[in-house]
Amino acid sequence: MSNEAVLHAHSDLAHGAHDDHHHEHHHHETFISKYVFSQDHKMIAKQFLITGMVWAILGGLMSVFFRLQLGYPESTFPWLEDILGKWAKGGRISDEAYYALVTTHGTVLVFFVLTAGLSGTFANFLIPLQIGARDMASPFMNMLSYWFFFAASIVMLSSMFVETGPFSGGWTAYPPLSALGDASKGSKTGMDLWLIAMALFVVSSLLGGLNYIATILNMRTKGMSMTRMPLTIWALFFTAVLGVLSFPVLFSGFILLIFDRNFGTSFYLSDIFITGVGALPNEGGSAILYQHLFWFLGHPEVYIILLPAMGMASEILSVNSRKPIFGYMAMVGSLFAIAILAFLVWAHHMFVTGLNPFLGSIFVLLTLLIAVPSAIKVFNWLTTLWRGNIRFTPGMLFAIGFVSLFISGGLTGIWLGNSALDIHLHDTYFVIAHFHIVMGVASMFGMFAGVYHWFPKMYGRYLNNSLAYIHFWVTLAGAYLIFWPMHYEGLAGMPRRYYDYSNWESFKQFLELNRFISTVAIIVFAVQLLFLFNFFYSIFKGRKVTTQNPWQSNTLEWTTPINPGHGNWPGEIPEVHRWAYDYGKDGHDFIPQTTPVGADESHH
Amino acid sequence: MMTALHTKQPQRIHPHKFTLWVAMGSIVMMFAGLTSAYIVKKNQSNWLAFELPKIFWVSTIVILLSSLTMHLATKAFKAREMSRYRTLITATAALGVTFLVMQYFGFMDLEGHGIALIGPKSNSSASFLFVITALHMLHVLGGVVALLVIFARAFRTQVKSYNSVPVEIAGIYWHFVDVLWIYLFIFYSWIG
Repeated sequence: MSNEAVLHAHSDLAHGAHDDHHHEHHHHETFISKYVFSQDHKMIAKQFLITGMVWAILGGLMSVFFRLQLGYPESTFPWLEDILGKWAKGGRISDEAYYALVTTHGTVLVFFVLTAGLSGTFANFLIPLQIGARDMASPFMNMLSYWFFFAASIVMLSSMFVETGPFSGGWTAYPPLSALGDASKGSKTGMDLWLIAMALFVVSSLLGGLNYIATILNMRTKGMSMTRMPLTIWALFFTAVLGVLSFPVLFSGFILLIFDRNFGTSFYLSDIFITGVGALPNEGGSAILYQHLFWFLGHPEVYIILLPAMGMASEILSVNSRKPIFGYMAMVGSLFAIAILAFLVWAHHMFVTGLNPFLGSIFVLLTLLIAVPSAIKVFNWLTTLWRGNIRFTPGMLFAIGFVSLFISGGLTGIWLGNSALDIHLHDTYFVIAHFHIVMGVASMFGMFAGVYHWFPKMYGRYLNNSLAYIHFWVTLAGAYLIFWPMHYEGLAGMPRRYYDYSNWESFKQFLELNRFISTVAIIVFAVQLLFLFNFFYSIFKGRKVTTQNPWQSNTLEWTTPINPGHGNWPGEIPEVHRWAYDYGKDGHDFIPQTTPVGADESHH
Repeated sequence: MMTALHTKQPQRIHPHKFTLWVAMGSIVMMFAGLTSAYIVKKNQSNWLAFELPKIFWVSTIVILLSSLTMHLATKAFKAREMSRYRTLITATAALGVTFLVMQYFGFMDLEGHGIALIGPKSNSSASFLFVITALHMLHVLGGVVALLVIFARAFRTQVKSYNSVPVEIAGIYWHFVDVLWIYLFIFYSWIG
């Protein structure tokens, strides 16, 4: 098998061809090689997951801090000064700290949690297990991918401790704030560290993405044709393709930015006037150019975040409805359509930058076209649930919650995709509400669904169900209570990213509403800590998994031992005879992919 | 094990080679992003037009030659003509370094004509040329490093390698940076 060839490629050099032996034991594993510099995809997945969790807590805590400012602009919290020091003098977050917090919250949640933490975790964990491979195409590159992410994390973390603070010009890092050290405090060392961290992050994503694509296309087990793959794998495949094609463009945007920052070039900077500095010597640069390069990644990035959640939700909904997924090929086709359209809509983030209105109308059309594959997916999820024999496991609840949030957030996307409406809605809380629901919370729900569903495979134990149900209901209700009111604020024109609204007659009225949102945000954050407790407690003390296939699922990962070693299957890799969704067929509750097709089976 | 792989699945590409192809797609996107930005910027005001350094013609020939030697080196490796292989791989790396030096002279040439590449006096047309070309040079440098690694392997005496995959991978990458430069050269001269 090509799998063996990769796992043992280095041993080919010394001795000649030897075949047909399978390794039950592996080289002696030390603590370092097993838990730190591991090349086992399952361990790397856990590393991504736990690092992502650390970032989720930090990023969530930042949102609690700035929500305190928005909900209680007149109050002081002396304990904030204990934590944040000079950034919260007298217990009130300073305006600079506020901008630093929203910027870092955005960067961290989009890239470190929902890209690395979500697709890094589940692409690593599920791809080899579900396609029947012993490991990734290049386990070494896979390990590098994690460690580049780790290095990016350290650099990003360190930017919070420099004297001038972390970057504070918004997560999109538009010039001139990002290109000029003199523009603001956060534009100095903080921005340098932000750029280094993001460059390392891009490298990590590319190394990971290359591996995922190569593994899915080359290392599937016998019988696992592309159309027999679980939808999780299809989704992770398109995610990786999007990442590999769009991150390099972001990288080129960053390179030009670095030259403008450090070498006096004029790609983005022109002869603008800065208070305290005077007119810049630069000539003819265009800040819009950066926006084009940034959003050429930025929009696919949205789908990089969302597609893995879609794939996992499809799988979990089908397993727990005890029904085949409705419209498998339509699901694959719509993933493909979304992946293509993802590259053709970036300028809808730039409708009000002075974009040619005719060009804008083309981008409106392409943007609204995304509603078609999205609606196909939604209807297929609903028809999968329809008359199913539903088991409300925590994973299933989060998958259903994902569908709910995707519908709610997707519908406001149709509003925002119109360039005319965008004149009113751009840069308001309506945008905040839209993308938090459809991309942020929905993908978070996909991630939770995945964690609850595959935790037994990851650690050989179950999570506690009671805590899980509390976690689900509070988070779902909280997500709507936080973001629903923001739609109204946005329609009323309340701009995003403002430090204090009490000076505006038109937005003063929202103080009570903001206070309500902040309160719910704090409760939801506390419930995530409950989830974390459940997660770490259950790793060591959770109820043990005693059967190989606890969810009665068809996919290959449940044919491995309860605690699989490096290499996943002790003997031969199983052969696949059917697709992954034979649930409730011919009177059988489920038929695993490894079961040969019987002579008496109905249509196959 | 490799031979077994090939008899079982004769058509399948080696996963590492496949990974390289995807990576090249990724690199293409980066340069596509930069050259698109170049076109966008060119159509705005304040664009300085200037002649390309003549030496870029010579460097183009040098990198084409290096592709030829790389191709012959891969053939020699597969035929197990190891001394011929070593000579050719050395020649390829040397031509690669020559290419890098010539690109550097090209930059010097522009600076000598008073066209600032970076710094406050620079026009973004020259800065674009510099950034894109320098980025391509980094990729060529990566190829030279890869060649040095397989070069070191060819001189090992204790361990003999019969596996042609690393050599082929280095070869594909080398041809890729060659084609990439040809694209950039045509882009600078006639498109951009």
